[in-house]
Amino acid sequence: MLARPEATAGVEAWDDYLHLRENPAGVTEELWQHEAGCAAWLVVRRDTRTHEISEVTLAADVKRSMGVAS
Amino acid sequence: MRFSGLRVLREGLSGNKGWTPHWRDPEPKAEYDAVIIGGGGHGLSTAYYLAKNHGMTNIAVLEKGYLGGGNVGRNTTIVRANYGLEGNSQFYSHSLKLWENLEQDLNYNAMMSQRGVLMLCHSDGQRDAFARRGNMMVSQGDDAELLSAERVRHLLPYLDFDNTRFPIYGGLLHRRGGTARHDAVAWGYARGADQHGVDLIQQCEVTGIDIENGVVKGVQTTRGAIRAKKVGVVVAGRSGQVAAMAGMRLPIESHVLQAFVTEGIKPVIDHVVSFGMGHFYISQSDKGGLVFGGDLDFYASYAQRGNMPMMEHVMEAGMTLMPMIGKAKVLRSWGGIMDMTPDGSPIIDKTETEGLFVNCGWCYGGFKAVPGSGDAFAHLMATGNRHEAAAKFRLDRFRTGVGLMDEEATGSQHNLH
Repeated sequence: MLARPEATAGVEAWDDYLHLRENPAGVTEELWQHEAGCAAWLVVRRDTRTHEISEVTLAADVKRSMGVAS
Repeated sequence: MRFSGLRVLREGLSGNKGWTPHWRDPEPKAEYDAVIIGGGGHGLSTAYYLAKNHGMTNIAVLEKGYLGGGNVGRNTTIVRANYGLEGNSQFYSHSLKLWENLEQDLNYNAMMSQRGVLMLCHSDGQRDAFARRGNMMVSQGDDAELLSAERVRHLLPYLDFDNTRFPIYGGLLHRRGGTARHDAVAWGYARGADQHGVDLIQQCEVTGIDIENGVVKGVQTTRGAIRAKKVGVVVAGRSGQVAAMAGMRLPIESHVLQAFVTEGIKPVIDHVVSFGMGHFYISQSDKGGLVFGGDLDFYASYAQRGNMPMMEHVMEAGMTLMPMIGKAKVLRSWGGIMDMTPDGSPIIDKTETEGLFVNCGWCYGGFKAVPGSGDAFAHLMATGNRHEAAAKFRLDRFRTGVGLMDEEATGSQHNLH
């Protein structure tokens, strides 16, 4: 979700990124924002069957580790 | 077995010994002309209309649990045709007409109650929007009446009209809307399909979809392989998993929507009432319970239960609108798995695999669509052509951007509906 297609990647790539989903029943990674607090964007690893949260990382750190200028 | 008043009387006088099961419990055959994955409201109605309207009786419905055990038994039972957008409005209009003849058609008591759906407005802008929506409903051939605050007060004297934050400016009344007994709708369609020879196979989970050279050949199940010329996927919140078996990714996220019911009380709320500003709607069941709900929790979930913040939000909205319900005790709360599309409107379409069809994306509004969806999906599966009332429910509209139906005007991306 942090790996956005290039602006010129074409309709298929952008449709895939914007609309199509794995929609897993199980562990998934999502972007959440700590809206009522520090406003940070977070990558949350979460189980959609139980709502259990197993890992939270600052999205900025994840993006930096991908080696892409944000 | 045909139900009638006379039959009920006769059985009542003879110890109720003459009733028979409403449907068979058949073993799956090795091959069918068509199989429908999913024995919920939409799957059962699809099977019924395939058999009744198109003469396709060598078909089966495959259900991993029990018939009607999913969202058709977990909703708030509301039936209405008060949509505004081209594409949605003709579909829900068609569906409501089927509802109005459903019990006679199925010979089954679905407790259809056209008690009226009243949407309340709380600002001049919202009243203007309702006037426009009402005109669109009337031009579609359905009914709508714009009520002044005084007329709403006459109908529903128990609302907090002079609420400081959300005073009631009036409402849009849709008299032909109302409620139906949700389980009975599933059972009625199941019985009707069974009487036409459809095999309803429960405890049969589909584990794979067989595709050869782009043509569907059948399905693998926990009760063995079943060959089929056509396969319809109607699995609501589980659409993502079943589509993955066919190598597809769908524009669907599964979210949780909560609903609530109180202990049974004497009749107080005659209509379905929706609070336009607070994400709250309520009706009273025939048993006396106040049935109400609100908005999504807004995170992907298969848990079939939600969390406290949304419960609190819904209760607050209810107390803001009608303080009289504050003493009623909440008996149960539950959640359903909503198959959310980016624009909030459904999908009934073919796929790139020949013979494989999908019916999904009903978001939090699938119950009222059960008759229309089954009729339209049966038409598509039987003839290969889209039903005219559901022709806009295309799978490719997100990729092309053509024909998006964003009824709430909030945008056509996930998490906005």
